[in-house]
Amino acid sequence: MASFFSFLRSSILSKVVMAATGIILLLFLIGHMLGNMQMYLGPARMNAYAAMLQGLGGALWIVRAVLFLSVVLHVITSIRLKLSNMAAKPSAYVRKKWVKATLTSRTMFLTGSTIALFVTYHLLHFTFKATHPQYAGLRDTFGRMDVYAMVIAAYREPLISLVYIAAMVLLGFHLNHATLSALQTLGVNHPKYNGFIEKLSITVSLLIVLGFISIPCGVFLEIIKPVQATVAGGM
Amino acid sequence: MRLTLHIWRQKNAREKGRMVTYELDGVSEDMSFLEMLDMLNEKLMRNGEEPVAFDHDCREGICGACSLAVNGIPHGHEPLTTICQLHMRKFRDGDAIYIEPWRARAFPVIKDLVTDRSALDRIIAAGGYISVHTGGVPDANAILIGKEEAERAMDFAACIGCGACVAACKNSSAMLFVAAKIAQFAYLPQGQPERKRRALAMVAKMDEEGFGACSNLYECEAVCPKGISVSAIALMNRDFIRAKLTEVPQKTTAGGG
Amino acid sequence: MTLDAKIPSGPIEQKWDNHRFEMKLVSPANKRKFSVIVVGTGLAGASAAASLAELGYNVEVFCYNDSPRRAHSIAAQGGINAAKNYPNDGDSIRRLFYDTVKGGDYRAREANVYRLAQVSSAIIDQCVAQGVPFAREYGGYLDNRSFGGAQVSRTFYARGQTGQQLLLGAYSAMMRQVGLGMVRFHSRTEMLDIVVVDGACRGVVTRDLVTGKIESWAADAVILATGGYSNVFFLSTNAIACNVTAIYRAYKKGAFFANPCFTQIHPTCIPLSGTHQSKLTLMSESLRNDGRIWVPKAKGDKRPPNEIPEDERDYYLERMYPSYGNLAPRDISSRAAKRVCDEGRGVGPTGYGVYLDFAESIRRLGRAVIEERYGNLFEMYERITGENPYEVPMRIYPAAHYTMGGLWVDYNLMSTVPGLHVLGEANFSDHGANRLGASALMQGLADGYFIIPYTLSHYFATAKPAKVTTDHAEFRRAESEAHERIRKLLALKGKRTVADIHRELGSVMWEYCGMGRNEQGLKKALEIIPTLREEFWNNAIVVGSGDELNPALERAGRVADFLEFAELMCLDALHRNESCGGHFREEYQTEDGEAKRNDEEYAYVAAWEYAGEGKSPILHREPLEFETVKLQTRSYK
Repeated sequence: MASFFSFLRSSILSKVVMAATGIILLLFLIGHMLGNMQMYLGPARMNAYAAMLQGLGGALWIVRAVLFLSVVLHVITSIRLKLSNMAAKPSAYVRKKWVKATLTSRTMFLTGSTIALFVTYHLLHFTFKATHPQYAGLRDTFGRMDVYAMVIAAYREPLISLVYIAAMVLLGFHLNHATLSALQTLGVNHPKYNGFIEKLSITVSLLIVLGFISIPCGVFLEIIKPVQATVAGGM
Repeated sequence: MRLTLHIWRQKNAREKGRMVTYELDGVSEDMSFLEMLDMLNEKLMRNGEEPVAFDHDCREGICGACSLAVNGIPHGHEPLTTICQLHMRKFRDGDAIYIEPWRARAFPVIKDLVTDRSALDRIIAAGGYISVHTGGVPDANAILIGKEEAERAMDFAACIGCGACVAACKNSSAMLFVAAKIAQFAYLPQGQPERKRRALAMVAKMDEEGFGACSNLYECEAVCPKGISVSAIALMNRDFIRAKLTEVPQKTTAGGG
Repeated sequence: MTLDAKIPSGPIEQKWDNHRFEMKLVSPANKRKFSVIVVGTGLAGASAAASLAELGYNVEVFCYNDSPRRAHSIAAQGGINAAKNYPNDGDSIRRLFYDTVKGGDYRAREANVYRLAQVSSAIIDQCVAQGVPFAREYGGYLDNRSFGGAQVSRTFYARGQTGQQLLLGAYSAMMRQVGLGMVRFHSRTEMLDIVVVDGACRGVVTRDLVTGKIESWAADAVILATGGYSNVFFLSTNAIACNVTAIYRAYKKGAFFANPCFTQIHPTCIPLSGTHQSKLTLMSESLRNDGRIWVPKAKGDKRPPNEIPEDERDYYLERMYPSYGNLAPRDISSRAAKRVCDEGRGVGPTGYGVYLDFAESIRRLGRAVIEERYGNLFEMYERITGENPYEVPMRIYPAAHYTMGGLWVDYNLMSTVPGLHVLGEANFSDHGANRLGASALMQGLADGYFIIPYTLSHYFATAKPAKVTTDHAEFRRAESEAHERIRKLLALKGKRTVADIHRELGSVMWEYCGMGRNEQGLKKALEIIPTLREEFWNNAIVVGSGDELNPALERAGRVADFLEFAELMCLDALHRNESCGGHFREEYQTEDGEAKRNDEEYAYVAAWEYAGEGKSPILHREPLEFETVKLQTRSYK
C-alpha cells in the first residue's frame, strides 16, 4: 500500500491523479446531467432509464467502483496536497494582492470540500434513501422504482432545492477552474487551441450546472409535474 | 513625494519579524524603488539606526537579486518589471507602501527583506544543464535550430531566477522556474538526449526542497518580470509524465575498462 | 624584479599551439590531488570552475552574491565576438586579432590577443553545445550583427541578453559539477585577503556575509575572477556590489597592478537624472547599428527634438568619422559626446546628453523590425526615463563601464605572485587601452574555458606545490588582520554615510580621471583623495555588528579599498604622458582633438608594485613588442 501511494510524494504525480480522477468525475457528471434531463420527458422515460441503469448488473458495479475509487483518490490526494501546500507557505503576507488568480481558482479546496459534503448528503438522500426512507416505497404503474415521483417529491421541499442549487453553483465554480486546470496538468496547453479549450470548458461547466439546476427549478415552476396515477406510498 | 512605508523587519532567521512604519519625505519621482529605499537607509544610518537589508545588485532588471513584495505583489504592481526597475513616478504622493520579503518555506528569511533562495541553485545542480565537457563539441553551425525554436527556447531561457513565481504562488510552488529551464532545453536539439532524466531529476529535487505543487492559478506568470508563460509548466508535466511512464528501473553497472 | 610575460617563441600563429605542447600535464589520477580556489562566478570564474572540475581538480568556489548566477556578466547585452566568418564578409582570426590590437590603441600584448582570437570560435561552439539560445536565421544557422570598431559582422547574440545566456551556460556547467561533488560552492561569502606562503599564493581568507565568520581556505592555487573596478566612479554601469577589493588586496600582497588608469567610458548610457541616482544604465551599443547620434548645431537650442529641422542637426559622428560613422569605437564616441556637450550643445535637462534617434530607421525598416531588434531595450529606456523612444529620440551620455586595467598576468594568466591566477576583467591582458564591444564576454570565456585549464595544469606539474593547511601561521595572520580591519570599520561612528563619501570620491574621479584627464587635475585629485580617506576613517558611520548580515559593513570595506585604489589610478594616469584609447590626456591630442599616442616612450604595460603603507608604488615596465601589427595612428575616419 505504501508503494501504491508513493505518487503522493511527487507534486506532479499528485496533480496528475487529481486531473485524471477529476476528468472521470466530470464525465460522470455529464452522464448524470444528461440522465436527469429525462425528467422533462415524463415519468415513463425517466423510470425506464432508471430501471435500465439498475439492470446493468455487473457493469453498474464496475462503474460504481471506478467512481468510488476516483472520489477516494481525488479526496485523499487533495487533502495531501493541501497539507503540503500549506506547509510550503508557512507565513502569509501581511498584505496580499492577487493579480491574475481568480477567486474560484483560489478556493478549489473549499468548493471541493463543500461538494464532497453535498455528495454525501445527496447519496444518503436519493441513493440510500437514509434521510427519506419513504422514497423506497415509490412505485410507478409498471411496478418500477418511481424515480420521477421521488425527484419531484424531493424538490417540492424548498430547503432541499435551495441546498441543491447552492451546491450546484459551487460545483460550477469548481468545474470552471477544474477543467482547464486538469488539461494544463496533463500537458494540454497550446496557444493555438487555448482559446477554444477555454470556451469549451466554460460551456461544459455552465451546461452541467444549468442542467442540474433546471430540475428543481422545473419542479418549482411546475414544468415538471407529478403524474396523478402514481401510487402514493406511506405519505 | 511623501510616503508612508510599512516594512518587514526581522533581525535574523531565528527571531520573529514584524512590520515597522517609516515616514519618508522628499522622494523624487525619478528615483527607482530601490533608490527610494537607499534614501531611507541613508536617513536611518545617519540616525544611528540599522538600515533595512534587501537583496539587490545590477539594478537593471537582469541579475534577479532584488526580491521585494510591494503592496502584496512580488516586484510591485507594474507588469514585466523587476522592483529595481520600478520608478517612483508609478506611485502617488501620500501613498502607503507595504514592503515584505518573499514568503515561502523554501526561502527562509535571513534578515529583514533578504531571503535564502539557494534552493533554486540546488535544483539547477540536480539537472538544469546539458552534460557537456569543455572542448570536443561540434561546430556551432553543425547544430541547426530553426528561428522559431530558438526564439521559443530564448523566451524560456529569459528567466532571471528571482523567485517571484514562488513568492506569488499560494503554494510557494517553484514549477514556473523549473519548467522554464526544462522548456528551454526541450526546444533545443542539444537538450534531447537527457530530456527525460532532466525532468525527473529537477522535479524530484524541487519536491525535496519543500516547494508546493501547482494549482494552476497562473499568478506566477502574471508577476514574472520576464513574462515566462505557464505553457512551460504544461510542457514540464508532459515530459515528466512521459519519463515516469517509460522509466527503466535503475541498475548499477560497472564502468568500462 | 623584471617582468617576464613568458610569451612563447615562434611565429604568432603557432605560439599557443607550441606552448600547449610544451606545457607539462598532470595525469588523470593525480588531478584529484590538486585543489584550486576560484573567487567570483561571472563568465571567467564559472567557466574556469566548471572546466577545472571536469578535468578532475578539486574546486572551491566563492561569490558574495546569494547565487552564482547574479554575477555582473549577466548584464552584458549586445553580444560576443568570434572569428567564425559565417557571413563571408572577410573576417578571420587575423582580422579579429588586428581589430582588437588596434581597438586597444596598441597597448595590449600581441601574443595574448592572437590567442584570444584563435580560441574565439571554440567559445561559440561550446556555448551552443550547452544550450545557449543564440539568435538564428530561418534556415537554422547562427545570425550575426555588427558592433563598434569592426567593419565585419562577427557578433553573436541572444536578443539583448547575451551576457545572461552565456553566464547561465557557464553557471549550469558549474552547477553540474556542484551536483557531481567536484565543486564546493559558497555563496554570500566575500574574499577579504589572499594568503601567501613561502612566496606562493596558497589560499584565501573569507567572511561569511550571513554569520560574519572569518574563515581560511587553503589550496594549491587561487584564481581571482572578480571583475572590474568601474565603481570607483561611484556611478557606473556596474552592479552595485562590484568592487576592487579582491584584486586590491592581492596587489597589497605582492601582485602587480597593471594599467589601472585604462578605464572604458561607454558612450550609450541613460543620462544622469539626479543626485539620488545609485547607478547608470547601459543601453546596448548594438543600438548604434540603427540609431543616429546627433545634437543641435546651435548652442543652447532648447527646442524639443522633433521641432529641430534636419539642417539644424549635427550628426557629429557621421560628420567626423565617415567610414565608421555611428559605429566608431567606444572611446572615440564617448569623447565626441563629451566634446559637443562641453561646447554647450548637449540636450536634456542637465545639458549632458546627446540624441540617439531611430526615426529614420523606423521609417526605413518599419516599427516592427526595430521592435524585434531592440524591443526590450526600448522598454527598459521607457521604464527608467518615462519617455517613449519610438516617438522621441533617446537621450544618451557616456558612463564608466569597463576597466581594461587589472592585475598584471603573464601569458599563462598568472600574476606576479606564483599560484595566483587572474581571469576576465580582473586581469589587464587583452584589451590594451580600450576594449571593443562584444569582446569582454569573449575574453572572460576564453580565459575560463580554454586557457586556464592548460596553464594551471602546467603550474601544478612544474611548481609541485607542497602541502599547506590553514593551520599555517600566514593564515592566522591574515585572519587576524581581517578581524582587525572589521573591528576598525565597525568603530566608525561619525556623521557621514559611506555612500556619501563614495559619491564624493566618484565625482572627483569622474572630474579628474574620467573621460578627459590632465596633469593639473590629476595632481589635484591626488591631493583630494587622501583627505577623503581621512574623512572616511574619521567621520564615516558604520552601523550594526560584525556577526550578522550587515550590508553597511560590506560596503564600508569596499569603499575603504576604493579610497586607496583611486590614488593608484590617478598616479598611473599622471605618469602616462600620452593619450591612448580610454586614457585621454588633454595635453596630448592632435589638432582635431584625437588621442596622440607616444609609442617611443609609452609602448609598455605599467605594472605597479605595492611598496607599503604611505610609500609610493614602484613602477615596472613590460615593453610591448609589436612583431605582427604595425603601429599606426588609429583612425576611424
